[in-house]
Amino acid sequence: MTVLRVLSPGLHTTVQDLGRSQAQHLGIPVSGALDSVSFRLANLLAGNDETAGALEMIAQGASFEVSGGSVRLALAGPDARLEPIEGGEPIGAKAYQSFTLESGARFRIRLGGASSVCYLAAEGGYAVPHIMGSQSTFVRGGMGGFQGRPLQSDDEIPLSQERASSRPELGLPAPAFPKQSEFRIILGPQDDYFSEDEIAAFLAANFTISHESDRMGFRLSGLRLTHAKGYNIISDGIAHGAIQVPGSGEPIILLADRQTTGGYPKIGVVISADLPALGRLRPGERLSFRAVDFEEARRAARELESWLSQAKSAVSKVAAELAVDMRALFEQNLIDGVVNAKRPMAE
Amino acid sequence: MELGNEIDRQVNAKVIALYKKAQRLEHTGIIAIIPTFRALFVQFDPERVRPEALQERLLSMLDDLDYEDAPGRRWTLPACYGEEFGPDLAEIARQTGLSANEVRETHAGAHYFVYMIGFLPGYAYMGDVPEAIRVPRRENPRTRLPRGSVAVAGQVTSIYPLESPGGWSLIARTPVPMFDPAADMPVLLAPGDLVAFEPVSPSEFAAIERDIASGAYTVQAEGAS
Repeated sequence: MTVLRVLSPGLHTTVQDLGRSQAQHLGIPVSGALDSVSFRLANLLAGNDETAGALEMIAQGASFEVSGGSVRLALAGPDARLEPIEGGEPIGAKAYQSFTLESGARFRIRLGGASSVCYLAAEGGYAVPHIMGSQSTFVRGGMGGFQGRPLQSDDEIPLSQERASSRPELGLPAPAFPKQSEFRIILGPQDDYFSEDEIAAFLAANFTISHESDRMGFRLSGLRLTHAKGYNIISDGIAHGAIQVPGSGEPIILLADRQTTGGYPKIGVVISADLPALGRLRPGERLSFRAVDFEEARRAARELESWLSQAKSAVSKVAAELAVDMRALFEQNLIDGVVNAKRPMAE
Repeated sequence: MELGNEIDRQVNAKVIALYKKAQRLEHTGIIAIIPTFRALFVQFDPERVRPEALQERLLSMLDDLDYEDAPGRRWTLPACYGEEFGPDLAEIARQTGLSANEVRETHAGAHYFVYMIGFLPGYAYMGDVPEAIRVPRRENPRTRLPRGSVAVAGQVTSIYPLESPGGWSLIARTPVPMFDPAADMPVLLAPGDLVAFEPVSPSEFAAIERDIASGAYTVQAEGAS
């Protein structure tokens, strides 16, 4: 069996995929990648279906040794880097390029300033069980992923394939995701728990992500909101990106490992197209909100998907001699598709 | 989608019946539904359905809903009341003016309907607690309370599926796991199920706990749907 042996586990490295959304009626959180765009790119470059589980590293990269057979890997995440272990062989690849390593090879992953997360996908995926349709790890419940927990030193993460296939490596120019600090939200469902002035103050405020943040949610400081009619609602369902305001008045943005239901009013929800960029933020960073309507949220989601499908078709046609053209295609798409989508014209 | 604004059997019966019916529909663009006390959380693909159209379709289904269409399962769960298993039983007795025995018999004498599951995996909000033993949440939540704790707060009773912080009053404990992350069906209860508690002694509790660990005891539901 081919495995990745963990030399150092980083701070919080777990198997994640696109989540376990079918068990929410049983109180089981969705979990899944915080930055689904980088997660999907990693799988794309590893030659996988985009639903295969990948290793998500938060705040600090991990290091590994390949053992058994050979493996093809791909790393994706803004600013993420691959490095050899001191005294080891150079890796000969960077993020956004697949690379193949033989048994005995060692490598380290480092995170840069642009994102607190990155993803390491393996060709064929990791051989961990699918529980209720997903390989994602839900750490508080000890469920899914590798033994229901973050990786530890000396863990051996089994790979589904014994050996890397014989095909050319795949690559993309590193996408220049701009650091985002303004996040689009749709107000509600309980925006009626706040006065108009309070909502205006919320939209004008600059918040800082607190250090008590994790995969469950980002706690924000910067403004304590006052509720107009109490802070208890009859518990109802919670979406990824929902912004709940508990009794303290300090908002919490609920993320991948959020509880499925909650009893605090939700003033708004971050639109799905902005969730991957939100997931890249780290404690101490600042953000603000802008209210948009459903149509804008849908348009943004469509633009993001169309950018990803262009990445997919470019990768599937990859060949060394096309690399220059591909770079041109991507730089143009990034500018037209992603950067402008974040700052749409006034309506 | 909100079908009311209170914790009420009639409102919740509509929520659950609509949830069960919507689950059987195909090609709706629905990704997931979470039924709660008085609302349905509906996650959908906006490329496949417009929210107005989806809401209209779901609301129109309310007209010919048969609430008995998919009856829930009936469970009887062993529970050991009082002492270390239910450290707040005596306090509930003090607040309600009943004897500890009366509190136990009243709680165990009722059938509880699973309104919804949330907060933690398998955490079932069940009701209604008989009025005679209703107490508010504790002023000081506990930072850790044991897995299997049967707790009450107002009209609702629940079972903590994991060791967790919690502010509800602990009345008993059940050895039956509500959440087993390694199982094919990790969560025991589902919205719409009916639950009754059967008082057991501490030694019976220990015996059942051993039998669960060895696989000799499995709790069975009646009327599985």
